[in-house]
Amino acid sequence: MEQHTTGRAGRIERIIREHLAPVELRIHDDSARHAHHVHVRDNGVQAGESHYNVLIVSPAFAGVNRVERSRQVHALLADEFAGGMHALSLVLRTPEEQARVAA
Amino acid sequence: MAETIAQRIQAQIDANPVMLYMKGDSTFPQCGFSARVVQVLKHMGVPFKTANVLEDPELRQGIKEFSNWPTVPQLYIKGEFIGGCDIVTEMYQTGELEKLLTEKGIATATA
Repeated sequence: MEQHTTGRAGRIERIIREHLAPVELRIHDDSARHAHHVHVRDNGVQAGESHYNVLIVSPAFAGVNRVERSRQVHALLADEFAGGMHALSLVLRTPEEQARVAA
Repeated sequence: MAETIAQRIQAQIDANPVMLYMKGDSTFPQCGFSARVVQVLKHMGVPFKTANVLEDPELRQGIKEFSNWPTVPQLYIKGEFIGGCDIVTEMYQTGELEKLLTEKGIATATA
């Protein structure tokens, strides 16, 4: 699995691992594709570290609906949103759901 | 007394069965995530109303607080918060969006 030790991806990884105990975690920095955005250029945020795609497979999502799963993750990463993270694309599944998708 | 932003949003989602808060408008979306939700709704043939948060800083902040959701786009159906681009896309792909719209009495072209 890809490891992120520094920067925003590293922080996201640590926070998610600590709070959601994922059995699978994938974090992809998608910022380069959005580097042309005005807000990325102009509000002091580095071009980069603004757009992320994250897949989390965790038993913590069992019995929790889609919106509330996302809200859990948003709440954990509130400091990152406050610090210039602009977009977070989430795929949030239980291990059972992930097994069905992979099957 | 001036209408608060929360009152304004509530009035919009009450008045419009399918209400999309987005960047840009349905003809010229200004963000790929907003564009994808517009594409889904258009493909389903669902009538919808949009509000452009880029033209309204108060709305841009207000909708995030109103929905307890930090990003735009945001879709409401019959006053209920559905989610952003990821959730709408997934619900479209699984057929849940179609089902939800039908249950709410909103006709789609794909039904």
